Amino acid sequence: MISAPDVVAFTREEELEDELYSEPPLPEEYSVPLFPFASHGANPWAKVASSKFTRDFILISEFSEQVGPQPLLTIPDDAKVSGTFDLNYFSLRIMSVDYQASFVGHPPGSAYPKLNFVEDSKVVLGDSKEGAFAYVHHLTLYDLEARGFVRPFCMAYISADEHKIMQQFQELSAEFSKASECLKTGNRKAFANELEKKLKDLDYTRTVLHNETEIQKKANDKGYYTTQAIEKANELASVEKSIIEHQDLLKQIRSYPYRKLKRSDFHPYEPERALDQDNTGCDQDLTTSDLAEPGETQLYAHVPSYTPKLIKAKSAKCFDKKLKTLEELCDIYFFTQTLDQLHQIERTFRGDVCYLLTDQISRALLKQQNVTNFLFEDVSFLHEKPPEKQYRGCQGLSQDAVHRKCSEESPAPKVVISLGSYKSSVECVPIKMEQEIEDSQEPKMTESITFEHQENLDYLDADIKGSISSGESIEVLGTEKSASGLTKSESQASLPVSPSPQPGRSKVGSRRTVSEDSIEVLSTCPSESLIPEDFKASYPSAINEEPYVDDEEGGLHFTPKLNPDNADEQEDISKQENLVQVDSACCIGKESPNFLEPLPDLGQKPCDEDGVVRIPPQPYRQVEPGLRGSFGSFPSHDGISGGLLPYELDSRYLTGSREVSKSSLDECSDSTSYISSAASTCSDRTPSPAHLACQASERHKKKAGQNALRFIRQYPFAHPAIYSLLSGRTLIVLGEEEAIVKKLVTALSIFVPNCGIYAKPVKHWVTSPLHVVDFQKWKLIGLQRMVSPAGVNVLHALSRYSRYVSILDADSKTLRCPLYKGSLVSRLADHRTQIKRGSTYYMHVQSILTQLCSKAFLFTFCHHLHLPISEREPEESVVNRRMNFLKLQLGLANEDIKIVQYLAELLKLQYIQEPSQGVNPLLRFDYVPSFLYKI
Amino acid sequence: KSSVQTIGEEQIQNPYTELLVLKGHQDIVRFLVQIDDCRFASAGDDGIIFLWNAQTGEKLFELHGHTHKITAIAPFSSSDASEEKKHLILTASADRTVIVWDCTSGRQVQKVSCFHSTVKCLTVLQRLDVWLSGGGDLCVWNRKLDLLCKTSHLTDAGISALVELPKNCVAAAVGRELIIFRLVASNEGSEGWNVLEVKRLVDHQDNILSLVSVNDLTFVTGSHVGELIVWDALDWTKQASECNFWDSSVHPDVQPEIKLSESPNETSVQHLTSDEECVFAAVGKGIYVYNLQMKRVIACQRTAHDSSVLHIERLPNRQLISCSEDGSVRIWELREKQQLPAEPVPTGFFNMWGFGRANKQANQAAKKMQENTPVYFLELVGDLIGHSSAVQMFLYFGELGLATCSADHLIILWKDGERESRLRSLTLFQKLAQNGDLQLKF
Repeated sequence: MISAPDVVAFTREEELEDELYSEPPLPEEYSVPLFPFASHGANPWAKVASSKFTRDFILISEFSEQVGPQPLLTIPDDAKVSGTFDLNYFSLRIMSVDYQASFVGHPPGSAYPKLNFVEDSKVVLGDSKEGAFAYVHHLTLYDLEARGFVRPFCMAYISADEHKIMQQFQELSAEFSKASECLKTGNRKAFANELEKKLKDLDYTRTVLHNETEIQKKANDKGYYTTQAIEKANELASVEKSIIEHQDLLKQIRSYPYRKLKRSDFHPYEPERALDQDNTGCDQDLTTSDLAEPGETQLYAHVPSYTPKLIKAKSAKCFDKKLKTLEELCDIYFFTQTLDQLHQIERTFRGDVCYLLTDQISRALLKQQNVTNFLFEDVSFLHEKPPEKQYRGCQGLSQDAVHRKCSEESPAPKVVISLGSYKSSVECVPIKMEQEIEDSQEPKMTESITFEHQENLDYLDADIKGSISSGESIEVLGTEKSASGLTKSESQASLPVSPSPQPGRSKVGSRRTVSEDSIEVLSTCPSESLIPEDFKASYPSAINEEPYVDDEEGGLHFTPKLNPDNADEQEDISKQENLVQVDSACCIGKESPNFLEPLPDLGQKPCDEDGVVRIPPQPYRQVEPGLRGSFGSFPSHDGISGGLLPYELDSRYLTGSREVSKSSLDECSDSTSYISSAASTCSDRTPSPAHLACQASERHKKKAGQNALRFIRQYPFAHPAIYSLLSGRTLIVLGEEEAIVKKLVTALSIFVPNCGIYAKPVKHWVTSPLHVVDFQKWKLIGLQRMVSPAGVNVLHALSRYSRYVSILDADSKTLRCPLYKGSLVSRLADHRTQIKRGSTYYMHVQSILTQLCSKAFLFTFCHHLHLPISEREPEESVVNRRMNFLKLQLGLANEDIKIVQYLAELLKLQYIQEPSQGVNPLLRFDYVPSFLYKI
Repeated sequence: KSSVQTIGEEQIQNPYTELLVLKGHQDIVRFLVQIDDCRFASAGDDGIIFLWNAQTGEKLFELHGHTHKITAIAPFSSSDASEEKKHLILTASADRTVIVWDCTSGRQVQKVSCFHSTVKCLTVLQRLDVWLSGGGDLCVWNRKLDLLCKTSHLTDAGISALVELPKNCVAAAVGRELIIFRLVASNEGSEGWNVLEVKRLVDHQDNILSLVSVNDLTFVTGSHVGELIVWDALDWTKQASECNFWDSSVHPDVQPEIKLSESPNETSVQHLTSDEECVFAAVGKGIYVYNLQMKRVIACQRTAHDSSVLHIERLPNRQLISCSEDGSVRIWELREKQQLPAEPVPTGFFNMWGFGRANKQANQAAKKMQENTPVYFLELVGDLIGHSSAVQMFLYFGELGLATCSADHLIILWKDGERESRLRSLTLFQKLAQNGDLQLKF
């Protein structure tokens, strides 16, 4: 964990603070004037804006064919959450901006109803009246009884914080896509089941009708047909037709994966716990798409036995029938999976955006330290695979992975791909054009580049137009059509090849200005990452007139940015900054009327009038490719960027002016606009871990930090105990009571270096005698002390292996372990520390351990410290050099050397370990005397 | 009475600061045998033979074939002039079979299952390119596993130990008897051998447990009641014997009552090893160093371990390693007492004399030394604690470390931590160079 403890201002303990930690109040004269609103029970991070709900939540609504838009459920499912916020009203809003082409029916030229497998659409909406901003994910589910077989739904993440939605757009989109994919998979399954039942019904009906007709035929000897007979025959014919139609539908729904798999942007949902392996296995297997079909069919094949019933010729009236609920629409397993996923999303993204971003930044930086990060980082974090691997073809999830992918590709295909994405991003926008696009999709996109571009942009226009007419006070802040995973830089790189976007952009801009509606479509990027940079840069300005930049000029201005390697782009950037900030100033126009006039001088410096620097942390994006070496050979300017805001490292920032515009937006607008960025803090300031995998460990961290703090305050011999852990000597916490022992183990576990990317070598509770194998595996063990004969064995084993272990006796409060005289641990665990919060202390520990890691890294990877410089050099001089380095260069004293040496051994082992081979855990030890410490 | 010497936790001279636990066996591991510089085989009561890499601890092969526990194992390397060296091992099991394994491929080469009783010992006579199996009878086999000849049934107990002697002879310990067999080239076949019983030596009072050949002239046997007899390897005569290690004449402080109360187990000669000068005997819980020239015990550690010493080995660096039923392995060093009053007797001194003439001199020397205190003593240099049950055997691999096997089903590789750390660094930088990570990326 890299994040500095300073950040912790935004975190809050959930558990009650101990009496012990409450300090006497400061004398009056020393006290700092409180935050002006403190008397109202607010805090500096409190939301001033007028949102009517208390915290972020997820809303699922449906555009019902019977009653129109209606909210279905919220996550968390708590009335308090939405408060006075009008869900119905908001549902109406969000359902009105559905860009999905949910077109089902009889397309011209096809005999049967055709199912369309539509992509989800992703939109960002803002409702300034309600103070609500939402990421909205539209999707359609199939329902045999619904009109056109489809039911439009949407899932929305609603927050009072606009910045959170905008900055976490990629992440939200990715997570919601997973949920949506899961829901749709379940829906397809349910739909197929339903179809099969219906088919059986129809089949049965046909048999019955057929029999009746036969009987009538026999009974009828007059030679002409009665009306009754004709009616029956017609009925039979319609049933036959219906059967064929349903069969066709069934075929279509079953062929879904087969069709989809061919497309690059399809990302199958993989349930966490694979429901049935063969299915997911096939889903994963993109190349052998032939296999996928039987797999999928098999999934649908498990239909419980069903007794068919007779279908009446006339179906019930549309409004009489009760539509299926969402739960009924989806296979129950997938439905619960989806809900789980949505709960995860809620848990992940609640809390302050600042925390989210910091966490993402540190996470991304940590990912790069792939040599050392296993030592003290969360095991779960290390097990995270780049999402690319988990969800193949899922877009924008991992800039890193995608970047790598794109850097591997030669320039030529890059263009093709970006064009493809361009197109696919737009593909589902225009309702009427879809057939055409589907057709043009089939051949590779190598044809007429400019034409397609033009076409796409036309679609974009259409798209926007559509949204304009949809409501009054809703701002569409951004939309994303799901599309193939391409980073912005990629599409940028490809842009110089395709000259057309400039006119297209300006066209968009001009269209926008026509709208006198109060709906503001702040961005309708097909996908954030897909939008060409210049388009993105200009969309805010597109809202208002662009009096000062005409199309030509705009093109000129933005062109330099398209080249990421441009060495002299610094000046350009300053120019652009100027320009862009103006733009962004304009875009706020609606909220703060004084910016309606272009103010070119504003926002030059990242300070507002109060002289307060207001740069929220930027979302971390992929650094330049050069930085990705395992040693991350740092660019010369990393000194400047070493902090939390890796502007320099951020290629997106370098090239894209969007961030600039955004930050300048904060700068220029009055303070409320920035305070609102922390809106959600007021409601729920629990630090929200930015990743799902971390969720459970977050609480654990806090608890561990708290316990550790208590430990170092309570036990004067905390230092040697921690030294034992850091130097790889197994520490055994011996005690009668499980709770006490486990508490101590939890406290101490934050000091235990991992031996590999596997589980943390901590065993909380053991009751059987220990063996030497246990010391190999575990570095921190909670051991039960028993009075029974079995307990004697336990103690006997302990004394036998006493040379490998340090023993902390929780009952008699003694510690038996080697002497520690170093200085490192005292910084790590100062019993007079002013830190009071568990999570703060945890971060403090992590930052010191990170320092330690870097020392170990240096020590491990200095060639001449371990190997002779020349062949003749004796071993002793190498040893001398090594010790000198440790003592002088790294400033380590006494036992601290052993800590670094141990960590270095772990690094070596980790590095040289062959992935194919299992690790052979080895136990290193020293023959050093132990001492008994007492309180 | 005298408690076991302990060394404490500070062991400066103990080089083994790293250990690797090798898991695989499901029962007591009794045998370890070295195959080549970096490989060894282990076998035990589960009937499985494992081949290990002594450097990395990697499990190379798992050899299945025996249905009962392994009773004997012997390396059988062929150095055929033409081919490259072929490493084979022979294993005998309680299922009355002997299997030959190829250590390179991990395959069973051949299996012999015509035994009437369990083979308890295997000896390879490299010189004659034959191997012997000893059980209820003694069989002689050639490399192709043809039975060349066999003795008649000896006893039900069978041969417990075999040792090769000069002049195509072998000494077999059968109960309390020591039988000398000679291999005689048979008249008919070119490759045939006949085995003849030459002599029976019945000097031991109890079962012979250990048998070791010191050099071409001498071999030593040890029995269950603590008799140690030095034999002439050529004419099979008794040269010297020591039958009271615990005797008050050597250790005047020991009371006779205590001697009586001692169970025979505590005086049995479990294992013998030797270098040119001395025979090292694991007797009961103690270790005794018997000097062949002086014909007396020159140093001893009467309670070296908490229970019986099962195996001892002499290291090149004057160190001695012992392992015991108490689960520990101890490293000893044979040191000369510094405050030697008389002029130090050079070790080469006695070697100049023939055996017959040395007697008188030796007596004199012995007398002289008895006046002084014992010249040598065994100092505990370090101990290795890892096994939770009896350590059956160990194998010294020089700088690669030490492998120990135990009744707790484990094999532990003890290694020099410093050296391993250095090796890892070396590997690390090799791998870095291989991955191209060493190039600067500026």
